[in-house]
Amino acid sequence: MAQPFRLSRGGRIDRSRPIVFTFNGKPVHGYAGDTVASALLANGIHLVGRSFKYHRPRGILSHGPDEPSALLSVDRGPGRIDPNNRASVVEARSGLRTTSQNHWPSLEFDVGAVNDLLSPVFVAGFYYKTFMWPRTFWDRVYEPFIRAAAGLGKAPTVADPDRYANRHAHCDVLIVGAGPAGLAAALAAARTGKRVILADEGAEPGGALLHDTTSEIDGRPAADWLAQTLAELDARENVILLPRTTAFGYYNHNHVAMTERVTDHLTSAAGQAPRERLWQVRAEQVVLAGGAHERPLVFADNDRPGILLAESVRVFLNRYGVAPGRRLVFATSGASAYRAALDARAAGLDVTLVDLRLEADCGPELAQLRAAGADVLTGHTVVGSKGRKRVTGLIVAPVGSDGRCGGRRLLACDCVGMSGGWTPAVHLFSQSRGKLAYDEAIDAFVPSRSAQEERSAGAARGTYDLAACLGDGFAAGAAAAGSEARQDFKATATLTGFQPVRIMPTDADPTKVRAFVDYQNDVTAKDIKLAVREGFQSIEHVKRYTTTGMATDQGKTSNMNALGIVAGQLDKALPAVGTTTFRPPYTPVTFGALVGPARHALFDPIRTTPIHEWAEAHGALFENVALWRRAWYFPKDGEDLHAAVARECKAVREGVGIFDASTLGKIEIVGRDAAEFMNRLYINPWTKLAPGRCRYGLMLKEDGYILDDGVVARVSDTCFHVTTTTGGAARVLAHMEDYLQTEWPELEVFLTSTTEQWAVIALQGPKARDVIAPLVDGIDLSPEAFPHMAMRSGTICGVPTRLFRVSFTGELGFEINVPSDHARAVWEAVFEAGRAHGITPYGTETMHVLRAEKGYIIVGQETDGTVTPDDVGMAGMIPKAKGDFVGKRSLARPDVVASGRKQLVGLVTDDPKLVLDEGAQIVTDTGQPIPMRMLGHVTSSYWSANCGRSIALALVEGGRARMNGHLHVTTPDGFTRVTVCEPVFFDVKGERIHA
Amino acid sequence: MRRFSLTSLLSESLRGHTGWGRQWRAPEPKPAYDVVIVGGGGHGLATAYYLATVHGITNVAVLEKGWIGGGNTGRNTTIIRSNYLYDESAAMYEHALKLWEGLAQELNYNIMFSQRGVLMLAHNIHDVQSFKRHVYANRLNGIDNEWLSKEECKAFCPPLDISGSLRYPVLGGALQRRAGTARHDAVAWGYARGADDRGVDIIQNCEVTGIRRDASGAAVGVETTRGFIGAGRIGVVAAGHTSTLMSMAGVSMPLESYPLQALVSEPVKPCFPCVVMSNAVHAYLSQSDKGELVIGAGTDQYTSYSQQGGLHITTHTLDAICELFPQFTRMRMLRSWGGIVDVTPDRSPIIGKTPVENLFVNCGWGTGGFKATPGSGHVFAHTLATGVPHKINAPFTLDRFRTGRLIDEAAAAAVAH
Amino acid sequence: MLLIACPHCGKRPETEFRCGGQAHIARPTDPSTIDDGAWSEHLFVRANPKGVHAERWCHAHGCGRWFNALRDTISDRFIETYPMGEQAKSGVKPGTVLATHSATHAATQSETRA
Repeated sequence: MAQPFRLSRGGRIDRSRPIVFTFNGKPVHGYAGDTVASALLANGIHLVGRSFKYHRPRGILSHGPDEPSALLSVDRGPGRIDPNNRASVVEARSGLRTTSQNHWPSLEFDVGAVNDLLSPVFVAGFYYKTFMWPRTFWDRVYEPFIRAAAGLGKAPTVADPDRYANRHAHCDVLIVGAGPAGLAAALAAARTGKRVILADEGAEPGGALLHDTTSEIDGRPAADWLAQTLAELDARENVILLPRTTAFGYYNHNHVAMTERVTDHLTSAAGQAPRERLWQVRAEQVVLAGGAHERPLVFADNDRPGILLAESVRVFLNRYGVAPGRRLVFATSGASAYRAALDARAAGLDVTLVDLRLEADCGPELAQLRAAGADVLTGHTVVGSKGRKRVTGLIVAPVGSDGRCGGRRLLACDCVGMSGGWTPAVHLFSQSRGKLAYDEAIDAFVPSRSAQEERSAGAARGTYDLAACLGDGFAAGAAAAGSEARQDFKATATLTGFQPVRIMPTDADPTKVRAFVDYQNDVTAKDIKLAVREGFQSIEHVKRYTTTGMATDQGKTSNMNALGIVAGQLDKALPAVGTTTFRPPYTPVTFGALVGPARHALFDPIRTTPIHEWAEAHGALFENVALWRRAWYFPKDGEDLHAAVARECKAVREGVGIFDASTLGKIEIVGRDAAEFMNRLYINPWTKLAPGRCRYGLMLKEDGYILDDGVVARVSDTCFHVTTTTGGAARVLAHMEDYLQTEWPELEVFLTSTTEQWAVIALQGPKARDVIAPLVDGIDLSPEAFPHMAMRSGTICGVPTRLFRVSFTGELGFEINVPSDHARAVWEAVFEAGRAHGITPYGTETMHVLRAEKGYIIVGQETDGTVTPDDVGMAGMIPKAKGDFVGKRSLARPDVVASGRKQLVGLVTDDPKLVLDEGAQIVTDTGQPIPMRMLGHVTSSYWSANCGRSIALALVEGGRARMNGHLHVTTPDGFTRVTVCEPVFFDVKGERIHA
Repeated sequence: MRRFSLTSLLSESLRGHTGWGRQWRAPEPKPAYDVVIVGGGGHGLATAYYLATVHGITNVAVLEKGWIGGGNTGRNTTIIRSNYLYDESAAMYEHALKLWEGLAQELNYNIMFSQRGVLMLAHNIHDVQSFKRHVYANRLNGIDNEWLSKEECKAFCPPLDISGSLRYPVLGGALQRRAGTARHDAVAWGYARGADDRGVDIIQNCEVTGIRRDASGAAVGVETTRGFIGAGRIGVVAAGHTSTLMSMAGVSMPLESYPLQALVSEPVKPCFPCVVMSNAVHAYLSQSDKGELVIGAGTDQYTSYSQQGGLHITTHTLDAICELFPQFTRMRMLRSWGGIVDVTPDRSPIIGKTPVENLFVNCGWGTGGFKATPGSGHVFAHTLATGVPHKINAPFTLDRFRTGRLIDEAAAAAVAH
Repeated sequence: MLLIACPHCGKRPETEFRCGGQAHIARPTDPSTIDDGAWSEHLFVRANPKGVHAERWCHAHGCGRWFNALRDTISDRFIETYPMGEQAKSGVKPGTVLATHSATHAATQSETRA
């Protein structure tokens, strides 16, 4: 198909593999190996977007990751649409649907372009000065307007069907960038036998060699050297070569993060390959060889479609076989653009070159280009351009050494290649916290002092000559691999050197013209000058005030120009203004790549008990508790929560209920000093607890507040079976280990988590003993032999068990601890045996209600990290004579012993049917003005089927002194009156538990 | 001070904006000031502003070692809300929120305070209880905060997935409608401009290297990279650097400084209408006026002054964002950065006197200081001007760590059972 | 993500570890004998140095053991790690501001550019 701007030969595209994709619905033809940008240019399409603020027509500026303007939405199929893709890096393939952004109704006719007319108003920071009146208009009028105008593409609206992978890798030498320096570094490092990873962001490794059609290396064409080098690296087993892989972040201790684009360039993704893969590399040594970025020239209307960077023109010509125009003007202040101009001449294009430098300051490139038949104007500046949706001419003028311009002249053209010199890509170096230094000779910041095990090579540190790059890279690679090896390369001399220029000299009123510095954010030179005039003199302030360098390209093309303009305006040397800090990522990184597979159950693991499937099969609904899924309630016949829980609650008190308590944390504490260790960690005494007996233990943090609780059984003199709350297990074990290892290393104690080893089947209710009696061997279950708060070892259903006689319900109860592998079988056996007694499975909600009826606290519900033992009425558990334990000293602090602390009480509502909201606040006087004085809050509140009324627990200021008094509790629409009572609602005397 | 208005903007646009002067001066430091504020962030600049406007104390210098607003002021995710649980915190943040509501007009600087609402998601029964506790407490404190069912959450924030298929399904949420975001840099600049206009000297690139004390032990001035500057009173408002500065006066602080990271996506057209916070999964998300998704990550576990944290902290936050909002998986991270947050043992600030005469401190705002900026500056100015705390900052003493009267919002909200 | 040398296991990624804050804060042997000020100092006051910090780490997802480390909080570089109960061998005092935190081969960056 016609590609009018495709050259008849040349380039690394595969002309045997034509492709077609769409741009704004129209087919675009190209070849495998094209980027979207090169294919668009091959078809003569330059206008590809509208700018952020002024909606100026914009084209393709660059061929690489620094592209600020050509941002497209790319649609790769259902759910696979994403915005802001740089046309210069998206590999073209059949089936892509690309669209331009930030315009309405169309790219060609964009109403937003009216902003361009208002540009005298819309200067840097204008919004800080207006939109303030009337006050309410900000939220309702101005901000929605600004928001609708801001943003470029549209966010995806449906879940991403693609998959992302994550890989960790270690290597001796990581080399970032596979241009000449990186390749030479890889050769040197690889030859030492060290493990090497070479990553390059491009589709093909080679960097500048991919478009260098004239240089020779060691007597061979550069392309041949490249092919041979890649072949050598490919043949080495110690080298991993990763194309399409962008090192985007340099973190602590040589941790480098990279994204590999795995399938976006493929028409059909092979198998289940991920879209992208995040590589997290831990490298012994890093070589940064990321090259350099070309600077645009800052002149009036330097943003028209068709105005490209000079080197990018060369790339499109040589690598993609595309002429970005037929009549080219190059504008430059240095030598490298001559190379592009020469290559354009060689491609048979009409070339004029405008050089700001005076004739005498130019090198041999001048004669070379003239000899090639190009017109060269030295000592000329660019003062403007013509054309709207495509450049039609460049306005130039001679400029004297005094900066004064002579007569203007229009150079008709359809493409401009500009070059304001080069900026080494020091992003990763700067992220590694290395120190930059300004190098006046090349007008750039270059790596100076490393902070990590890293070195830069080649253009990334300002070495631009090809032979020097190769030698520099080789030396860096060798050094990184611990070798002294050096290699001299012979190569065609590179055209280097430029005259730094901030703003091209002009004869126009500088307050009238718009010379763009940051293309994407529409920041002009005069915006930067305005910011400086207004007192924004730190480059960070200028950046934030004008937004220069904050667009999706993060200032790759604009930062040095902006910095130079600030320095000029302040009349300071460039280094005195400083440079902005480079932050990860180097180029934007897909969230998905960072997230990898961490979704749903891999976002956070789901822990389930051995009884989980049984509960599912019996209709349980589940709740999330920490990482666990716990059976919440077991509805029958369409019951709702309320009905099911009422039934379960009554079943337990009247018969027997079965409950899966396996999620309880369990820790086995063993050793000669186990009891002493317990004494120091818990508020309770342990020395005299007899083996076979249990005690409720309460544990504090050192600040005196309750950390956790649970029943503890003494298995033997030197062994305790500790239980913790479900969510607290890991925290408690860590707390114990910390004290054991760091404060009391003299204690001989060993801690082992047994949470997963013991499953716990709680059997609660007056008939509990009857149910298990036939199943248990080796344990006398009689109340006399096996009282409340005892633990016995034996077997149940032939399975070894630690059988606890404990209760979190106030009923006769057993907690059957069995090895997890046997838990399901035991559970089912117990359930079968219980059928005759009407056994009822119950969930966490019923467990909560039953314990609240008894006033048993739940750590994390009655306590919140600010509650002491006395606050919940448990200070009595601390023996008077007990010595120090963790948290004891803090209980003596003035505000902890002061009166008026919140204390645990029960509350009953005047209306027995009214169930208070948990979290509701408590006051004495509902008539007081706001802010009201709050006395506390409701911590637990339920309908109690057993009590026939609602019940609540609360923390109330001075609560124990308010017994039988009235208080008022918030409800969704007001207050309700309650009476303070003891926090026990059922079997107040506690007789049932001893049945 | 040249007033900002549409009229002045339009008239300047006719002459190329050549008439705008400096928004604040760049004065040389004077030998001495009545009050020297150490730290040119939002809190320090606000303190200076209110010293001048409320207390008439204008012989004030704000010393900033870098550029104003360059610390946590310019590095946070700009969430502003006041729906705190405890009376002390609620009073502080509500005081700030009320000031935020008129701040653009007061400063004559559009700080873009956007009351788009902050929605805190509940993902488990414990969250529900905790949020309702907040809602009820806020109501009695006169602070708007309402409980929304999950359907109401979805109506308020349409991008939300309430299907129940999430790892931690959304059960509902607490919404403060008056809460929102503001343009963080503008807050620093607006206060700087206002303070400067009243005569306050804002001195950038001036690092404090010592605190000079007289024979009685009282602080009398600061040594700086630009020479000694005398001070009647010194207010240290230096966030992560507070420990270092206070140690110059021999005061040890109950503070630790941690890296806190945040990130933004590439800008996109409006797609997210409010601020969403999920403490349960550690996700904090809003969309800026510029179109970027603004995402707050957590702190690293170790103290550091590097302003750089680990990638795993960022990815963990994005895990949560993409778990809650899978449609954003194809969005791209544009920029990430770190700040240094100073954290007290109860995660509440310290604002007031120190054991050293004439030396005052305002620190410990941890991960949530931006929202307090106007209120913090206002009460600290009162403390510096009068020598005694304002009733709002009176509970936030250094001494509370001795007495045990802690103000631990995090403990009250975050303990799982 | 830091790379941390567990004295017992060698270098491992930070995600295997839990940081325990400032090291060498001895718990008073009898807290009941010290006043509220001293106790709150023990509980809450931390050096928080900008420079070398002595801190505790636990190889929680490895050997489970606690150990000490000296780390520069400006550069996040570890100076050394050492077992619990021991003192640092490097002799670098906590609070020291290191003159330079450059890597060993810093000179390579400043070699003459060709």
